[in-house]
Amino acid sequence: MKEWFTRWLEGDIELLENVSDAAEIPDSPREELKKQRKEFRRQIYEKADMDTVTRTGEKGFMFLYRTVAVVSCVLLIGVLLFTVAHIPRYGEENPYTLEVVERYIEHGVEETGAVNIVAAMILDYRAFDTLGESHVLFTALVLVMILLKLDKKTIRGSDLDSYYTVKQDTYFDVSGDSIIRLVGTVLVPCIILFGIYVLLNGQNGPGGGFSGGAIMGAALIMFATAFGFDRVDRVFSAKVLSLACFIGLTFYCFAKGYVFFTGANGIDNHIPKGIPGAILSGGLILPLDIAVGLVVACTMYGFYSLFKRGNIGGA
Amino acid sequence: MDFIANFPLFTIIFSLFSGVLCFLLKGKAAKRYTFVYEILLICMVAAVLCYTLQNGGEFTYSMGEFSAPWGNEIRAGVLEGVIALLFMVVMFCSISAGHRFIDTDIDESKINLYYAELNLMTAALMSLVWTNDIFSGYVFVEILTLTSCGILIVRELGRTTLAAVRYMILNLLGSGLFLLGVVLLYTMTGHLLMVPMQETIAELVKDPGVYPTMTMAVGILTIGLSIKSGLFPFHYWMPDTYGWATPASASILSSLVSKAYIFLLFKIYYRAIGISVFEQMPIRNILLVLGICGIIAGSVSAIRANNINRMVAFSSAAQIGYIYMGIGLGGVVGYSAAMFHIIVHAITKSQLFLTTPCLAEVSGDSLLFRELQGSGRRNRDAGVFFTISALSMIGIPVFAGFSSKLQFGLAALGQGDIKLILVMLALAVSSMLNAVYFIRTVIRIYTEDPRKSERTRHRPDYIIPMLVLTACNLFLGLFSWVTVDLIRTGLSMFG
Repeated sequence: MKEWFTRWLEGDIELLENVSDAAEIPDSPREELKKQRKEFRRQIYEKADMDTVTRTGEKGFMFLYRTVAVVSCVLLIGVLLFTVAHIPRYGEENPYTLEVVERYIEHGVEETGAVNIVAAMILDYRAFDTLGESHVLFTALVLVMILLKLDKKTIRGSDLDSYYTVKQDTYFDVSGDSIIRLVGTVLVPCIILFGIYVLLNGQNGPGGGFSGGAIMGAALIMFATAFGFDRVDRVFSAKVLSLACFIGLTFYCFAKGYVFFTGANGIDNHIPKGIPGAILSGGLILPLDIAVGLVVACTMYGFYSLFKRGNIGGA
Repeated sequence: MDFIANFPLFTIIFSLFSGVLCFLLKGKAAKRYTFVYEILLICMVAAVLCYTLQNGGEFTYSMGEFSAPWGNEIRAGVLEGVIALLFMVVMFCSISAGHRFIDTDIDESKINLYYAELNLMTAALMSLVWTNDIFSGYVFVEILTLTSCGILIVRELGRTTLAAVRYMILNLLGSGLFLLGVVLLYTMTGHLLMVPMQETIAELVKDPGVYPTMTMAVGILTIGLSIKSGLFPFHYWMPDTYGWATPASASILSSLVSKAYIFLLFKIYYRAIGISVFEQMPIRNILLVLGICGIIAGSVSAIRANNINRMVAFSSAAQIGYIYMGIGLGGVVGYSAAMFHIIVHAITKSQLFLTTPCLAEVSGDSLLFRELQGSGRRNRDAGVFFTISALSMIGIPVFAGFSSKLQFGLAALGQGDIKLILVMLALAVSSMLNAVYFIRTVIRIYTEDPRKSERTRHRPDYIIPMLVLTACNLFLGLFSWVTVDLIRTGLSMFG
């Protein structure tokens, strides 16, 4: 058993080898499949636990470990409660806390042209943070691709194409179900429309790129669930996804770079603010929202696809 | 404003763009692009450093039309310039010397993803160095966390997966605590930019009742970042993380990523809290004690390791301890010693991590000591470079490690008796322990061994970065005052 674990550590064998094999048997009844999976899972836990148990030593150590964990958690809770109780009350005892907030609320609309002060704050006043934040999403997408995208190394031996066709998880695939198809047909367009609405109105009300993109990504996932990945791959392949990410982030990067550059050098940036409340207002906020929305939708769908089948498809 | 003043912005924006571009490119193209881009970055950062030296030592650059307390801001000074230049040089050397291993360790279809992560990481490192706003700091800490797991996990061994999961959990804990600290500070001051925050804190601490909460906030923030940088007792993720990553990743993780967190922490102490306020908190003494514990614990673990990469990784834990010890000692001498050691350690450790795989290569791909016997004779270049950096780690005069230990000694001399004795003892004991494991390794790799192999010839893309690192090492050892003066100039304008 221990040798098994060491071999896994060295990369000789794959931990989930047996589990993914189970999906290969298409005809066996569900109950039996379930039982098999349970058995494999038990074996894996057993094998994996062996080493941790032998390494961390005896029961005494585990007892100490748990006691220290509980004590430090309780201590941290106490410390945090103490701290929260002693923070100066917001805006009352400490006049300095409101300086920045007041400016955002009082002058936000005239300075940025956006009615939604939150959008003005994250996409105009503190746009640098949001620039980083949208790249966090992209970084996460790249990370998930590194981790989950099937390649020759993770599959070990068998060739990629046959792996995709055979080992795709058919157990949870509901794309043939007529109820889900009907619901998908009705809901997906509505959700996409709603997503676009939220996306485009970020400068005027609650919403914006992150939330709108998430809604559209959810619609894509629903579509893929109801109609299968093949349909999605026809339009939304890996190439399209990476191009969309590229265009969205590059636009964001250079548009904001331009604003930073002109702002710091004291040059007029020639971006019209628009009439507050209209859809074309808030300067760069609307185009940036669209760019962020693209990236978020792509990331959400990419996550789903990678988790479900280890690939984004079409490539 | 001069055009060069825009360069800090360009380093961030172009690195983010390069990350996205490498995602689209094929593996080879991404590699070539990154290579050229890193050279460009080194030139830009060097230009910024020269510019700050000629023009009064510092400038701030507002990100957008809204100035300081309302919009984001970055700041470039002499100290930031030195650290950024170091980061870029080490990054370039690691990629150049390690790309041969990257090609073999990583699946072909994922090489472009690796370079994408590296470029995003460059952007994060640059932002953490230049930032003048603690929330921007948090955002780019997130990117750094994710990318550092990415360049570790990409090797796809069971071991790297396990190490990355552990690293990720501890890192996220650190990020969470850091965010908590930032939120507490924001609630108390109402500012996120460092300079206004420092001014507000200076007003707030006139009432001594605010000290406990302030200490809590700063303490939580400190714990967060010290978990991420691997201070004792949070250093047990290091050996697995550094030991099994592909050599370029190991070098970057140990010499840049953990240093970026320390630099951010230092910047927050100095610029956001205010160094005089910070020095009245007990945190400094705790850091000193933990730093010393880390030095001893790391060295002892390194002696017990049977694998060369794990040994070097545990030695990293000890070196992180030195840096925190410098911050704990305080005073301009202590802080400059800590900053100087960041530079020394980055240069030496990256060289160590880039030579060990070459030694293992001629010993049947094994990192175990018994297999490594005579590897210095089989691969002479790697043997020489390993010996130089090992001697520097021990603190032999002429090499950089000696100057930094001298700086720590000088810093300790200005302190009270207890601190003086503690630090001097730690320095003496740890130098001895360092000598035990490094000299042992050097002797081992030069011991006669029956195995013979043809002389390994390295290509210039390996030799040149190694020579650059060696030259930096000798320069820091022989002319340490140049760098120390630069750091002190930077520190004098830092607060």
